[in-house]
Amino acid sequence: MALRFQGVDFYDADGLLTEEERAVRDTVRAWVDDNVIPVIGEHYVAGKFPTHLVPQMAELGLFGANLPEEFGCAGLNNVAYGLIMQELERGDSGVRSFASVQGALVMYPIYEFGSDEQKRRWLPELASGRRIGCFGLTEPDYGSNPGGMITVAKETKEGWVLNGAKMWITNGSTADVAIVWAKTARLDDPGSIRGFIVPTDAKGFAAKDQQGKLSLRASDTSELVLQDVCVPKEALLPKSAGLKSPLMCLTAARYGIAWGAVGSAMACYDEAVRYAKARVVFDRPIGGFQLQQARLVEMLTEITKAQLLCLQLGRLKDQGKMSPQQVSLAKRNNVSMATDVARESRRLLGASGILAEYQAMRHLANLESVYTYEGTHDIHTLILGQEITGLSAFN
Amino acid sequence: MKIAVCIKRVADSETRVKIAADGKALDEAGVKFVLNPYDEFAVEEALRRKEQAGSGEVVVVALGPAAAQETIRAALAMGVDRGVLLQVDRIPADGLVVAQALAAELKDGGYDLILCGKMAIDDYNHQVGPMVAELLGLPCVTSIAHLELQGNTGVAEREVEGGIEVCEFPLPAVLTTDKGLNEPRYPALKGIMAAKKKPLDIKPTALAVGGLEVLAMTPPPDRKDGRIVGEGVAAIPELLRLLREEAKVL
Ligand SMILES: Cc1cc2nc3c(=O)[nH]c(=O)nc-3n(C[C@H](O)[C@H](O)[C@H](O)COP(=O)(O)OP(=O)(O)OC[C@H]3O[C@@H](n4cnc5c(N)ncnc54)[C@H](O)[C@@H]3O)c2cc1C
Repeated sequence: MALRFQGVDFYDADGLLTEEERAVRDTVRAWVDDNVIPVIGEHYVAGKFPTHLVPQMAELGLFGANLPEEFGCAGLNNVAYGLIMQELERGDSGVRSFASVQGALVMYPIYEFGSDEQKRRWLPELASGRRIGCFGLTEPDYGSNPGGMITVAKETKEGWVLNGAKMWITNGSTADVAIVWAKTARLDDPGSIRGFIVPTDAKGFAAKDQQGKLSLRASDTSELVLQDVCVPKEALLPKSAGLKSPLMCLTAARYGIAWGAVGSAMACYDEAVRYAKARVVFDRPIGGFQLQQARLVEMLTEITKAQLLCLQLGRLKDQGKMSPQQVSLAKRNNVSMATDVARESRRLLGASGILAEYQAMRHLANLESVYTYEGTHDIHTLILGQEITGLSAFN
Repeated sequence: MKIAVCIKRVADSETRVKIAADGKALDEAGVKFVLNPYDEFAVEEALRRKEQAGSGEVVVVALGPAAAQETIRAALAMGVDRGVLLQVDRIPADGLVVAQALAAELKDGGYDLILCGKMAIDDYNHQVGPMVAELLGLPCVTSIAHLELQGNTGVAEREVEGGIEVCEFPLPAVLTTDKGLNEPRYPALKGIMAAKKKPLDIKPTALAVGGLEVLAMTPPPDRKDGRIVGEGVAAIPELLRLLREEAKVL
């Protein structure tokens, strides 16, 4: 049996969870300890996603876990879903990204914008991991402003023809199916953006892994090229309507990221505490020096705040009262917080902290991607700025 | 195939435990409780037997406080069909008292097989399984690491010092399970949700008085600091001498 992670819970946040929520968390926690932690360092260094974990994740029910049971999903509430993301990212942001994409960016849009036929066809396949999905929104020239996208879908007698390029697409090269967002009318009309379910073996569809990543190395990130890709009429997500639709997907994924970041931070803090007690310098454990204590105190304080933030956000989501701006605040705060914790942990570990054998540097490097994707930190600042002042800084 | 598994709620071996003010029990505040890991092997084995047989029922029986419902639900989440809680205020120290209560519950259940973990990780007693067998007049094989069932006969292997002991026994029987028997499954998330809806019978239970009393519980003495006896190859003779003469481990 691998060493079990004991959690970080200074304010008895566990006491605010139900028995099922704790049971879900503990199951995923044990699975991560047994299956992710022992292999993730190697995979990270090799730049490979641990594909062999996918069937196990599916078996546990981790994909789209907050979607209904009738589609083969676990039907959990959003706090339990968040706890899953927390534990997965405690293992690695790449593993959590895989689950986020599959669940929040592929299954969720099919559930939310799909026809009954599409839901029945795709959701059980995706929940069971028999099919892998990816989400193609970002383009080489349109990241923070996806409304400017130039990928287009033209309606024909038989269906649709898609043309364009997507970039930075998680799972792009492994996916069996891509949710592709494209404009169906004029390029200056973001209201014409619709979502399409595109099989990746369609003629004219190509995916190529992006090379040279120094972050999120245990995750595939790819470029997608769509050249006259023909799909039938049924490929259109009928209820998708305008830029708002992909943004709703992002809100769903960001919610999980807010939790996930806390998982990374917990892993780094835990590692830092252990190291601080064990590492003797100047005849003392470094944990006995005020400077290192201050580091640890700062980490624990920020983690505790972020945990409570997530929990209340989850309760609001379960009550149907969560706003996208509240998600922005949590994503922005928690990812930035986790990046700081990872960096401080890495520094506390001295030279050891640069090794893949420890976790801090891997988390730190990963979190730089997480800081950027799903709305950069800056973009969330602008979203919140607009929420506060009523004045948009975008336009 | 109808199988009963006796399970116990124990403090997680990785939580740091404190001794209560009366000096005779654990202080349960802030302690995480789990399904006894040896019982997990028993639950897993029961589920596999039922799955292989294609039909049957797996029932878990726990003796413990109301909070042990959570332990039972952990087993239900793994796939067990129903649970019985023999509810008491606290689990008695006397294994025989526990075995008597369990045996009374199991006696008329019509079970083909009764499984227990070989021991609980809190008291290390190894008692309850064999005692239940004795009270029920059933054959018992302890600490099994492998099991074959064929009709009304079973063959179990036990890892004993220097070898493997093979025991044949008729069903019904009581078996206690050791590490290595199987790899317990993780409860799937759907299983956790389904566990809430499975039957859990709570039976307030009166216990026999028993003949054992805990007088005092003390933590192990602090470990002394390590000592560095020298560096490199030159230190080996001194290290060997100390291991032999002082630590007496060689
Ligand atoms: C590892 C990884 C995986 C990804 N996976 C996916 C995926 O699966 N699917 C997908 O569609 N996309 C994915 N992305 C893309 C990601 O969402 C974009 O990278 C992100 O939206 C930022 O876009 P950009 O990189 O083009 O940066 P840009 O938009 O070019 O921004 C550059 C900088 O300018 C800042 N900036 C931009 N606009 C403003 C402004 N108005 N005011 C102030 N500052 C501003 C940004 O904050 C940033 O610092 C992924 C990215 C990474 C790194």
